[in-house]
Amino acid sequence: MCGIIGFIDRTKSRMDGSSIKAALSLMNERGSGDGAGYAAYGIYPEYADCYALHVFFDNMAEPKAKVDEILKQWGEIVHQEEIPTTPQPGIKKVHIPWRYFFKPSEDLMAGRMASENDVVMHIVMQVNAYVNGATIFSSGKNMGVFKASGWPEDVANFYRIEDYKGYIWLAHNRYPTNSPGWWGGAHPFNLLNWSVVHNGEITSYGTNQRYVEEYGYKCTALTDTEVVAYLFDLLGRQHELSHEMVVKALAPPFWDDIDRMPAKESELNKAVRLTYGSALMNGPFAIVVGTEDGIVGFTDRIKLRPLVVGENGDRLYISSEEAAIRTLDPEVKNIYTPRAGEPIIGRFIE
Amino acid sequence: MTLGSVPPKFKVSIDRDQCMDCGRCIENCSYGVYRREGDKILIESRKCTACLRCVAMCPRDAITLTEKPVDYRSHPVWTREAREDIINQARSGKIILSGMGNARDLPIIYDRLLLDACQVTNPSIDPLREPMELRTYIGKKPSKLNFRKTESGDVELETKLAPNLKLDTPIMIGHMSFGAISLNSQLSMAKAVAETGTFMGTGEGGLHKALYPYQDHMIVQVASGRFGVNIDYLERGAAIEIKIGQGAKPGIGGHLPGEKVNEEVSKTRMIPLGSDAISPAPHHDIYSIEDLVQLIRSLKEATEWKKPVFVKIAAVHNVAPIAAGIARSSADAVVIDGFRGGTGAAPKVFRDHVGIPIEAAIASVDQKLRDQGVRNEISIIASGGIRNSADLAKSIALGADAVYVGTAALVALGCRVCGNCYRNLCPWGIATQRPDLVSRIDPEAGAAQVSNLIHGWTLELSELMGAAGINSIESLRGNRDRLRGYMLDEGMLKILDVLPAGA
Repeated sequence: MCGIIGFIDRTKSRMDGSSIKAALSLMNERGSGDGAGYAAYGIYPEYADCYALHVFFDNMAEPKAKVDEILKQWGEIVHQEEIPTTPQPGIKKVHIPWRYFFKPSEDLMAGRMASENDVVMHIVMQVNAYVNGATIFSSGKNMGVFKASGWPEDVANFYRIEDYKGYIWLAHNRYPTNSPGWWGGAHPFNLLNWSVVHNGEITSYGTNQRYVEEYGYKCTALTDTEVVAYLFDLLGRQHELSHEMVVKALAPPFWDDIDRMPAKESELNKAVRLTYGSALMNGPFAIVVGTEDGIVGFTDRIKLRPLVVGENGDRLYISSEEAAIRTLDPEVKNIYTPRAGEPIIGRFIE
Repeated sequence: MTLGSVPPKFKVSIDRDQCMDCGRCIENCSYGVYRREGDKILIESRKCTACLRCVAMCPRDAITLTEKPVDYRSHPVWTREAREDIINQARSGKIILSGMGNARDLPIIYDRLLLDACQVTNPSIDPLREPMELRTYIGKKPSKLNFRKTESGDVELETKLAPNLKLDTPIMIGHMSFGAISLNSQLSMAKAVAETGTFMGTGEGGLHKALYPYQDHMIVQVASGRFGVNIDYLERGAAIEIKIGQGAKPGIGGHLPGEKVNEEVSKTRMIPLGSDAISPAPHHDIYSIEDLVQLIRSLKEATEWKKPVFVKIAAVHNVAPIAAGIARSSADAVVIDGFRGGTGAAPKVFRDHVGIPIEAAIASVDQKLRDQGVRNEISIIASGGIRNSADLAKSIALGADAVYVGTAALVALGCRVCGNCYRNLCPWGIATQRPDLVSRIDPEAGAAQVSNLIHGWTLELSELMGAAGINSIESLRGNRDRLRGYMLDEGMLKILDVLPAGA
């Protein structure tokens, strides 16, 4: 059991983190104090062209030197600093959260790493798999993940979450059951601009993991949610599928329904299942994914986890509980629960 | 004869108080164990194969069978088998022939793999009340899809799908030829696969006319002897399989003793009556991978690219790179046959000593195909020693798309695994062409038994998946995370890429 929240303002009007903290804390009985986290998009406008790499360092000696070296090899560190934190009695600071604003060098983009995204993905995989004492847990542009072991309000106060203003917010309150409660295991999970909060347990993890690892992703977080970020990156970025199509691959219609569809639609859905069978996610889940152009919420095919949607003008809210949405926006309208597997997509207005 | 006779393998006795003297044992035993002299039924235990036909047919349960009534002095090295093989070869100077699968007492990896189930944190799924999807497509899949937008703004699929076989359950029946087994056995299995929405192989013996009504569920085989192969045969099959090797006898060809080649077999195989049908060890038009590629393309060209083409290989040491080579051809599925695979006739030394276990072969092939990024290019069909739905589930979790069963289907028809398939005397009417024995199988009843077995396994697989919180077979495929090894050594755990129990 976990509690999740997704928020988007379609006009890119930004909201600070205070109400997200309040809404997430409301769902404390969905968590166990072993992890909480927030992702916010639109928080680094002054470095919008740079990749904001958030890193947990175990110490500031060896791991930091190694990460510096790798980054300098691949491009330019435009700016770096410790992520500002305020000590909290409920949080033991076992890592030093650090951020780099990084620009990959165009000269090195070739072969398998033909784009800056490919380079950054490579760096993230290398550091997380091979550099002891360093974990890059956020690597998008103009966005960042803030997470730790602790209760939602402690983690929010620790990172001073109310100081950030974002047009997308994701939040997660963790009750770990299948992996250790460590900082890197808290949600959101992120790769490039994909961030994932997840309530549930992916019973197909082994299949999904071995599928993404064929394409250079390395699962190192010791928990199942990580693979969702990689599936979105593989299908959404590398295979250029639309968000709707990615959800169709991850939580496809049942064969009985596909058989009853009109011929063309049936053929398309069959093709998705045949091609992306290894990406299908099984087991109970409710997920919200943050992307560079919006948010996507969906549940497993038989909806074994709750998901509620609310709207108010340009704002779209997705959460495990209606009460959390009402805390975020007491004026919220049009609250409903989507069907199993149905994608809820909030996009920016052009 | 200085060697004398070896001790009988079995001792048969009749409880004379129970016996009603009906003579069914005499009628049923095709090996000639029983005969009547005067008013007494006499027994010649030495001829017994433990096929258990007499025991099954005795209305009074009067027959008792004891294994190894007389044994050799026990010795850890010079086992009974070691001594008897020498005695037999000293007598004959020949290769020792055997039937069925590997008979050595080697650990079975399937039995040391354990499946997972859900508790608390995720709900198990109840197949009685929720959808459970076992549908499996066998064939090439694209590695990615391309779409285009139509003028009206609809999304349309651009990628063309290759032909795939649609299975309602991931259990197929492997290739057992007409000749090796009887027409009634083939008919029973053909009716069963048609009813359960799956497929069976013809083996290398051609396709008898009586099976034409089921041709949409038949995979026609092209083996090194090319028996029964012509364009009509190829066009009738739902898919075509090139047999390179067989798990029971990797490196050598099929072997059908002349005793089994009667008129019908001779016509279907297109070979002379009563002649031994010994397939060449290699295909003489395949001396390397590029020749295989050509044969696949020729078969596809001949059938207008409408049918999937499978390639079957025995699981040998280098099975993974060989399968990867096959994946790079136009082949749609690779069949891997493990060293426990059955056979009608194989040299014993091959059956018992050549090849590797299917579990290790699935794991290494699946991994190699993934390492090379071609896993989607080809389906993996595993066979060779799959005995129950647990073996099936474990095969899929290791990475197979579907399995072939052979021996299990024969056991459903009555076979008791006595291993004398090559003698044309099968009292169950399976591995024989003698009309009086063949008529012991009623294809309708046989079909019901085989489809019962497929149904039973399918239900059990659904329950196992549901318990693991999985409602679609593609989420079990390659999901080694849901397996744990028990009493497996570290090397094997590494090959299987499975954690030990408790981890």
